[in-house]
Amino acid sequence: MEELIEQLKVQIIEQLNLEDIEPDDIDPEDPLFGNGLGLDSIDALELIVLLEKEYGIKIENPKDGQKIFFSLKSMAEFITENQKN
Amino acid sequence: MSSKIVVTGLGIITAIGNNIEESYHSLVNQKSGIGPISILQTIHKDNFVLGEVKKSQDELIEMAEVDPQEPWTRTALFGIIAAKQAFNDAGLDKSKGKIGLVSATTVGGMDRSELHYTSFVHDAVFNAFIDTHHAGDSTEKIADQLKIKDYLTTISTACSSSLNSIMFGARLIKNGIVDKVIAGGTDGLSKFTLNGFNTLMILDKDQCRPFDASRRGLNLGEGAAYIVLEREENAKAEGKKIYATLSGYANANDAFHQTASSEEGDGPFLAMKNALDKGKLSPEDIDYINVHGTGTDNNDLTEGRAMIRLFGDKLPAFSSTKAYTGHTLGAAGSVESIISILSLQNNTMFPNINFKEVINEIGIKPISKVEKKELQHVLTNSFGFGGNDSSLLFSKYVGS
Amino acid sequence: MQARIKTYCHIKDNKVYLNGQLHFESEGTLSIKDFLKAVYKHLNLKYTKFYKMDEISKLGFLASEVVLEHANNERFDESGIGVVLSNSQSTLVTDKVHQVSINDSANYYPSPSVFVYTLPNIMIGEISIKHKFRGENAFYIFEHFNTEFISDYINSLFTDQKINACLGGWVDQSAENYEAFVYWTEIDGKTENAPEHTEEQIKRLYEIILK
Repeated sequence: MEELIEQLKVQIIEQLNLEDIEPDDIDPEDPLFGNGLGLDSIDALELIVLLEKEYGIKIENPKDGQKIFFSLKSMAEFITENQKN
Repeated sequence: MSSKIVVTGLGIITAIGNNIEESYHSLVNQKSGIGPISILQTIHKDNFVLGEVKKSQDELIEMAEVDPQEPWTRTALFGIIAAKQAFNDAGLDKSKGKIGLVSATTVGGMDRSELHYTSFVHDAVFNAFIDTHHAGDSTEKIADQLKIKDYLTTISTACSSSLNSIMFGARLIKNGIVDKVIAGGTDGLSKFTLNGFNTLMILDKDQCRPFDASRRGLNLGEGAAYIVLEREENAKAEGKKIYATLSGYANANDAFHQTASSEEGDGPFLAMKNALDKGKLSPEDIDYINVHGTGTDNNDLTEGRAMIRLFGDKLPAFSSTKAYTGHTLGAAGSVESIISILSLQNNTMFPNINFKEVINEIGIKPISKVEKKELQHVLTNSFGFGGNDSSLLFSKYVGS
Repeated sequence: MQARIKTYCHIKDNKVYLNGQLHFESEGTLSIKDFLKAVYKHLNLKYTKFYKMDEISKLGFLASEVVLEHANNERFDESGIGVVLSNSQSTLVTDKVHQVSINDSANYYPSPSVFVYTLPNIMIGEISIKHKFRGENAFYIFEHFNTEFISDYINSLFTDQKINACLGGWVDQSAENYEAFVYWTEIDGKTENAPEHTEEQIKRLYEIILK
């Protein structure tokens, strides 16, 4: 899980063009949206593309993203669960 | 001198008809033009429904009465077909004053570019289509066909584009730059837009359900619509029939997000309010609103909130006609302006098909069957990405 | 009442000019992306949304930032501030990125954040979002900077009392090149010495740096 979280940090920074942010700046438990990294609805869609491209997981309803992308931790848990199946 | 700007010509082609009569017939019979994909060549053929104009390239060339040897995009052909109708309907005569053309499009000639893209690099067979790619091509082609030389321009402001072209056309007349204007917009369906909207996850796989609690997104459509604007005294002097008065218009920016509307619909609210102010009317004067109502979660909720802010508990009858034509993007504003004018003329409001259940957060209900009522003032909305929001106000023509 | 051009910015060839004077120059020749980032750093903006924009939006956004730093725009009600910009290429550079991403079915991952920027008026949206400008806004495409059109258009918005102040100009990018000229115009007695908002003056100011 730790490793996955570190990997996700790098991928998110790359995919969302967070050029001023270093992996260590992101706390795995902090909310990604709203105040945290200040992500918005387009970023959520980019994260859906990331999940499909990097982890082969497809999300059909964008509303599901709210829960999955709450934090890095929730995202990593979701990936771990869905890759097992 | 009266400064009233009136509408004297109409032209339209969309999934629900190739002219005004067919379109009206589909609207009163609640016949949607949205269905399975049969024209656009896309890997999403079985995944989505579209409001396609069910005409092949050759059929469109024939309808437009143009030289089949020239490179034509669907966008240009739709534009020519609809603009010609409007031109002839208004009996425009180049010897009677200056004529302008203001045309909107969002994808320009993309429908042909993407078909011939690989060929551009490998052989030169389709290279004539390179010049048809840009947004101004369809405008120039329409102007060529109608021999309009006095003034032409192209507007591209996303989904509000063709309301903005009508607004701009009215100003050209008011400022004495031209005497008459053909204003509207055209857009052909392309993989470019279908794939793009798909990445935004705002496409419904079934027919869209504007203002319904279970709405899942929009359906894309295609087509063109143009209206002819001129001064009232001009139209009267030439003994023309007058469809309606363009009594107000406004544009505002939502200043919130690239694609999403602000929570309370600030831009939509300002656009509607300023259009009423421009027409010196108050909210209770409005009889009907042809709303933007795309069927996306965000649009319908925030447009609804903006309407409630402006109209309070005296909300006029309203409906979205996107479930008939699909969202025709650059043509949507002028398509819905024509539908609004048809409503005014026939004292008939067309139902918001596919509506079943009110959206909890706003609790407002669009009209769901054909309703007849004496209509005086009708508002129509178009809101675009980039926060570009516009409203137009059409009023029944009363001679002065 | 005559509108006047209070302040203006040119950007071209790794240089930023404010009111015709060199304002910033990158060290060495940079790619457009790196150059725009250097300008952003120089302006000390702390606006992370900047990085999400496509290049042409960044270009228009930065030119506006330079102008607005000296425009004193807080004096005006936001709903009366307009934005009217133009160019020749629309968003062709970004359109190509989107086109390439849907062309290859083996590697088919179109990006929502790329698609969003395939509309030229998104640039106006970005400027409006930052400063809460809610007035009339429009984007026009011309082969060359059409100073007659832009002056007539904005002046008629002033005449119709739709706006009290406006950003106007030209923000263009092709595969090889980029240039921006953005100005702030307003109706205010305090700017009597500033150039009038007329076709001749817009053309003169544009040509100080761009030709």
